[in-house]
Amino acid sequence: MSDATELPTPRASIFAGLRLTWTAAIAGSVLLFWLILALFGPWIAPHGEAEIISGTTFAPIGEGGLLGTDKLGRDVFSRLIYGVRTTLLLALITTVISFAFGVTLGFAAAILKGWFDIVVSRIVEAFMAFPSTLLALVVIGAFGTSITVLVLTVGLVLSTSVFRVSRALGYDIGVMDFVEAARARGEGTWWILTREILPNSMAPLIAEFGLRFTFSILFLSGLSFLGLGVQEPAADWGLMVQENVGGLFLGSSAALIPAACIASLTVSMNLLVDWFQQRQQGETVLEKIDQ
Amino acid sequence: MSDILTIKNLRVEGRPPGGAYVPIVKGVSLNVAKGEVLALIGESGSGKSTISLASMGFARPGCRIAGGEIWLNGRDIMKLSPHERHALRGDEVSYVAQSAAASFNPALRIGKQVIEAPLWHGAGDAATLTAAAVDLYRKLDLPNPDTVDEKFPHQVSGGQLQRLMAAMAMSCGPDLLILDEPTTALDVTTQIEVLKAFKDLIRDQGTAAIYVTHDLAVVAQVADRILVLKNGEMVEKGPTAQILHDPQHEYTRTLMDAVRPAPHLVDHVDASAAQAPVISARNITAGYGALTILSDVSVDVPAASVVGVIGESGCGKSTLARVVAGLTPLREGELMLDGKVAAPSVKDRPRDTLKDCQIVFQMADTALNPRQRIGDILGRPLEFYQGLKGRARADKVGDLLEQVDLPRSFASRFPGELSGGQKQRINLARALAADPKVILCDEVTSALDTVVAAGVIELLKSLKDKLGVAYMFISHDLSTVASFADEVVVLYAGRVVEKGPSKGVFSPPFHPYTRLLLSSVPEMRQGWLEGVADTGEAKAASAGSVIIGAKGCPFANRCTHVIAGTCDSITPPLRDLPGGLSVACHLDADALPRT
Repeated sequence: MSDATELPTPRASIFAGLRLTWTAAIAGSVLLFWLILALFGPWIAPHGEAEIISGTTFAPIGEGGLLGTDKLGRDVFSRLIYGVRTTLLLALITTVISFAFGVTLGFAAAILKGWFDIVVSRIVEAFMAFPSTLLALVVIGAFGTSITVLVLTVGLVLSTSVFRVSRALGYDIGVMDFVEAARARGEGTWWILTREILPNSMAPLIAEFGLRFTFSILFLSGLSFLGLGVQEPAADWGLMVQENVGGLFLGSSAALIPAACIASLTVSMNLLVDWFQQRQQGETVLEKIDQ
Repeated sequence: MSDILTIKNLRVEGRPPGGAYVPIVKGVSLNVAKGEVLALIGESGSGKSTISLASMGFARPGCRIAGGEIWLNGRDIMKLSPHERHALRGDEVSYVAQSAAASFNPALRIGKQVIEAPLWHGAGDAATLTAAAVDLYRKLDLPNPDTVDEKFPHQVSGGQLQRLMAAMAMSCGPDLLILDEPTTALDVTTQIEVLKAFKDLIRDQGTAAIYVTHDLAVVAQVADRILVLKNGEMVEKGPTAQILHDPQHEYTRTLMDAVRPAPHLVDHVDASAAQAPVISARNITAGYGALTILSDVSVDVPAASVVGVIGESGCGKSTLARVVAGLTPLREGELMLDGKVAAPSVKDRPRDTLKDCQIVFQMADTALNPRQRIGDILGRPLEFYQGLKGRARADKVGDLLEQVDLPRSFASRFPGELSGGQKQRINLARALAADPKVILCDEVTSALDTVVAAGVIELLKSLKDKLGVAYMFISHDLSTVASFADEVVVLYAGRVVEKGPSKGVFSPPFHPYTRLLLSSVPEMRQGWLEGVADTGEAKAASAGSVIIGAKGCPFANRCTHVIAGTCDSITPPLRDLPGGLSVACHLDADALPRT
């Protein structure tokens, strides 16, 4: 390499810099759409969350409400809009909890090594050995169904895989020369963790956050469907599927619509994560080739 | 002579991620005749590897062959279909990569991998191909040619693996062999055997070859003709003797000037008056896990002086630096920094002790956090050791950048925006930011081009004169050490075999291992290889391999002077000879090699 270096040219616009593929663009718009609904839901929804608007239960689409009514004659459309708030908010909180636990313990294990790593890793492996739904069932069964218990349980269950990812990242980055240089300087563990390792593991962690978020939505919806999650009269997509599953035999779409919404949310999130990972990897691979 | 390969006006373009194509190779023409070796030389980024790959009709991902003709055996291979081109590779043209260790599949036995290509091309059945391969192993002077087939890649040494890779490349009997820096990753003593094997094989089979390297001394041994490249353009071409002795172009002359003379021909630094040592290591033993790397090593680094540590890979050079820095705690012995006993682990050392001893790593790019700006990378030690903040910190960062001959404006850049040489200067500036008494330089110039490396060495010298800082300069490049160090320590298999003033170590009498090392450094003289490879010394050295923790003298299994019954059972102590020299050898002072 010569001593002359060219500065990278500034990017034309933010969107050119993002290099969106069309799948990512669609997925992004879907997510944006749900996010706006979640933020402005109460102003958009024609009826209240638990308001009974019709005497007819399982009314078909178009009759009594835009998307029909559910098993108690509530407006499916309005409940769907209120439901997106619950679903997204709970998923966000559980994912944040799982990352708070997982990343802290994972990086601590990678840096401290020794007995701390061994003990924490074995405990996490023990947790991973249980099927996650079964684990959640047991905990919720023991402590009762409340939102706090639900969120903590799901967060903890998800944190096991976050732990694995961040521990591996911490080990990888922890042996690089710039971390060694910081160690030789006499920097403490906290500095090394927050200034040297964390900034360099952001990309994989962001991708992991997206995946865990998706998984959290599915997991929470699954628990709601089993009757262990969000309780009536609050609206939640998983709960809505469970409430209205009986209507399927009566030709009602009240259970299918929230199911489709869950699918659109999770598939979009997955597509976005795929795009993000490809973009990151694509860059590193090409950077290597450049040399 | 008929030409095997003719390249006319080759143009190759590459594309940074998301960017437009930029030219890498700009209209290069060359030809290689049967039985001829053409060397492509130039600095990294000059396009030499790209050209060598293009002669197989191949461009790395992100690159494309944009124009020109590539005639191989009378066919323009760019006009062939991808499938036909695929059939050529391995059969008519084959490739030996820089790192054999990375090119072999670690999960398959060697024999299977060597005959993979001819089997694919349908050159015969497994049994006849294996027999042919064993024949090749013999020609390549591989130890145990009959059983090496059954081994896995990790079971043979780096030099043997590189020769096995050549066997793999030759297994189809190609007309053109491409060797891409095949000895760059090897130690000097290993390099000789590999070079010799390559040269004999090429001559034997009458194969045409392209030899890509940046090492001019190696080129002098193997090439018939040389083509000098710079930034993707041809600078000069001609017969080897002419390029070496009478270069026409300015750039070729710059390249020649950057080559350092052989270690014993260098003007040695005169030993300065004895100073109090800033590093004083006494009888240090250290290792990783169950493995002991360093045994009983004692080294002193006097203030404001340069102590060179030399030896081949795996001899414990880097471990020594890590022990002194406290990154790998020592197990036995004592370490004094600036006259005070230092704790074995970096965690237990006070900041004053840490400040005095800084380390600079080999790989300039991995030693800098890619997510921090240069200003923060240099500012942190200022803040950490001296409590500088805000304006004062920013000013000092600018001063540091100027000290290492970089513009002040670099403070706002990220490491990714700098070249290799610039990054290494930043690493040096970071060490200087602590205002240390001694800097541990771990192979700081090994990953740099010769011209850039020479600049870094000049900088180190001027900093020493200006700031009075001492260096522990670890390197496998004997010429650099010889011209730069006041004192030299020679390590072999984790033990000190010889130490003393630079002049004393690089002139007779020698320790047998020092003698071998010195004679293995390639000279810019054609025919040097033949002279050195046939000595009993070189043959004995290639017969054995380095054994760490061996009983007796570690070098006994590769030494021509071995005394049976003594060398293999008793570890020789360091004995003082006149002139401040210490040698660990059972031979009498008069019997030590003197040539």
